Amino acid sequence: MRVATRTPAGIATGIIALVLLLVGLALPAFASRSLIQDLFFILTMLALAQLWNLLAGYGGLVSVGQQAFVGIGAYFMFACVILFGMDPLLALVVGGFGALVLSIPMAFVAFRLHGAYFAIGTWVIAEVMRLVFAQWKVLGGGTGTSLPREATSKIMGVDLIRSLFGGSPAAARDVLAYWVALLLAALVIGGIYALLRSRLGLALSAVRDNTEAAGSVGVDARRIKWFVYLFVAFGTGIVGALVFLQTARISPNAAFAVTDWTAYVVFIVVIGGIGAIEGPILGVLVFFALQNLLSNYGSWYLMTLGLIAIVVMLFSPKGLWGIVSEQTGISFFPTRRKVFARGVASSDTSSLS
Amino acid sequence: MLQTQKLFASYGQFKALFGIDFSVAPGETVAIIGANGAGKSTLLRSVTGVIRNAPDMVVHKGDPIGALSSHQIMRRGIAMVPEGRRLFPSLTVEENLQIGGQASTGIGSWGLESVYDLFPVLKEKRKSPSTSLSGGQQQMVAVGRALMSNPSLLLCDEISLGLAPVVINDIYAAIPKIKQSGAAIVVVEQDITRALAVADRVYCLMEGRVTLTGRPSDMSRDAIHAAYFGNET
Amino acid sequence: MNWLDILAQGILLGGLYTLFAAGLSLVFGIMRLVNLAHGDFIVAGAFAILVLVESFALNLFLAAIIAAPAMFALGWVLQRVVFNRVLGKDILPPLLVTFGLSVAIQNGMLEIFSADSRRISGGGVESASIDFGIVTLGWLPLLTFISAVAAIYALNIIFYRTALGRAFRATSDDSVTVGLMGINPHGIFAIATGLAMVVVTIAALFLGMRANFDPSIGPERLLYAFEAVIIGGLGSIWGTLAGGILIGVAQTFGAALNPEWQILAGHLVFLVVLMIRPSGLFPRAGDRGGR
Repeated sequence: MRVATRTPAGIATGIIALVLLLVGLALPAFASRSLIQDLFFILTMLALAQLWNLLAGYGGLVSVGQQAFVGIGAYFMFACVILFGMDPLLALVVGGFGALVLSIPMAFVAFRLHGAYFAIGTWVIAEVMRLVFAQWKVLGGGTGTSLPREATSKIMGVDLIRSLFGGSPAAARDVLAYWVALLLAALVIGGIYALLRSRLGLALSAVRDNTEAAGSVGVDARRIKWFVYLFVAFGTGIVGALVFLQTARISPNAAFAVTDWTAYVVFIVVIGGIGAIEGPILGVLVFFALQNLLSNYGSWYLMTLGLIAIVVMLFSPKGLWGIVSEQTGISFFPTRRKVFARGVASSDTSSLS
Repeated sequence: MLQTQKLFASYGQFKALFGIDFSVAPGETVAIIGANGAGKSTLLRSVTGVIRNAPDMVVHKGDPIGALSSHQIMRRGIAMVPEGRRLFPSLTVEENLQIGGQASTGIGSWGLESVYDLFPVLKEKRKSPSTSLSGGQQQMVAVGRALMSNPSLLLCDEISLGLAPVVINDIYAAIPKIKQSGAAIVVVEQDITRALAVADRVYCLMEGRVTLTGRPSDMSRDAIHAAYFGNET
Repeated sequence: MNWLDILAQGILLGGLYTLFAAGLSLVFGIMRLVNLAHGDFIVAGAFAILVLVESFALNLFLAAIIAAPAMFALGWVLQRVVFNRVLGKDILPPLLVTFGLSVAIQNGMLEIFSADSRRISGGGVESASIDFGIVTLGWLPLLTFISAVAAIYALNIIFYRTALGRAFRATSDDSVTVGLMGINPHGIFAIATGLAMVVVTIAALFLGMRANFDPSIGPERLLYAFEAVIIGGLGSIWGTLAGGILIGVAQTFGAALNPEWQILAGHLVFLVVLMIRPSGLFPRAGDRGGR
């Protein structure tokens, strides 16, 4: 008996992804700076959305406090650059680790709660982080600070980019940030996909569907939840650090903003489709399109976003991708396990996805 | 008064009932017997709207009620003593009784005082939280709660489950008095003897189908045994 | 530093937070609905009262009395049309719907009223105070606190001495069996949300009088409200008062140490209580930290 997850659509996706990656890497050669900046925004939001989707959609941990890790990652990165003169690219990784380390006591507190209490608890913890980091006078306190010019002009890779494509140091920084974002998005999506296809992923689905039953077959729900929470914290921290590397300016309200780093992320996942890797991809495209269409209308844009989220939740809880996959049955990132007995696949049972 | 016609019911993909034809006449007492999982509780849940079915599958006084929700069905005078009693832990004994009657429009002799006459021990415990009572006393509260709405049809789902025989006697002693007030009663039971003793007619269910029906006096032990357990050795 | 004075201010501030929390406690207790738009509804109520006062030159208490039934209706409709359809075992749909509602309401208010800070003028009550000898208490905070206690007392009476309250408690215990009693749980939910909105109107009145408000301050108020509810314990209405007072006192003491620490102090006390007693101070039996 053989268990497999490969599907024709999945193989096609692999090839398409590789092509997209190569095209993406070559893009700075002929794309405008504003396109690069737009893509940077899309890629970082996509990475954040995939991570939140892993946590909430697959892990069942609905957190509205992930902005804590964006802020922590960004602040640790700024601290490394400003206080220790570290190269910002290396500092990104430190930012991720900083978020990881702080996520441990945060998980300790948060995991004492469940459901709605957990959600509110994560939000409060994020607020505590914001208020605490606002006390860090060396990094600007409540008003924040900027990355020093010496640091931003000497990031490793900037000179290489300028020799390849020309342009100002700031434009080169944008290209660098874009490449890192592309790499991060690919790693995050690839990593999540690999995780879900592994035994850990199967255990995660089991825990999400029915914790007690999972426990009875030896799945340790606590360990899995800790692992997912820390993994997502690490990823969110690095992405957060990258975002603020690109803007080169930080403040507690910006770094720990619940709107930018949770509301938008949640909307992307929900409208795109929660609990599927394809969902956030679709969601971020819709989000970006909406933002461009309505950008001149200020608060109408956010109002529309809010109303769309409500309508989607009422009529299609699995989001736009849910509608697509229900109609067509396509899965670009197949994680369902098919059991082959004597070469014939069993029929799909939905609980194995 | 109430009948089901070709009633099919399922829990998600699990099919529980396969075309049940069942009826109760006014003032009648009907027993439904069968092993665990035979579909007895599912039948009651379908009648009371906890499970929704096609409208014509359950008919009450000529009206199709299969698709109605439970609060709509209750207001037609059909009350249930649910399996496992399901008292409200946040309410006292008296409040549990009161809530049984607060939404009904039924007129009749059942009220707090008459329920306390039926089950005197409840009167002493009226202000206690319902969770502090013994199993048998809780069952009495559950029955009393259903009576408070003065139903024309009372459905009792496994009221002897988990109780000592002495206690069950006390509860079943109430059935004749309930009969006297004119209500039709449906009793779901795993205890065959008790069911046969109290019923005018009996249905036996097995694996979601009616395997035997008739008057207790017309049924032989062997027939009941076969209908209850099936033909396994 | 007069610690007694600080304690008194903290308790009175707790009254305002209790008003924020009371409606939430009702809704959360009965249907486990986490309404992330609750704070924004309070702000919207304040704007509604402001409009009534400014457009019709009404006395503000009268405006609140007029606004209250409208808010009840709003809550009732919202519950029947939107919330009832997403309530269930999964907490994500209600969370996301109310999140969407919160963003929509905030930005709607922004469009209509702009981001300017407003205040409901109380005609002098804001600055008046009473000297009790050992402490001096402001008229407005005192009135707010008394209203909070009155609201809690009234809700308690409804909950424990009326047939409606019986239905509330039973629905919160077991919404399926309550249907067997002839009571429509969806109808009960709608009445609960409507009632919560009436309390929101009272909270809005005092919020508007006490401090400047603008469309964006909702979420922070929501957080204080939830902290009070969770500290108090699910299903305990007096517990919500205790929770509100605790947050108010924590914040006032924090502010006395350092003004920048006010909000942080409240959050930290919340987290500490949660660590020690995840179910809150006075939980109903059967609730274990949200499980």
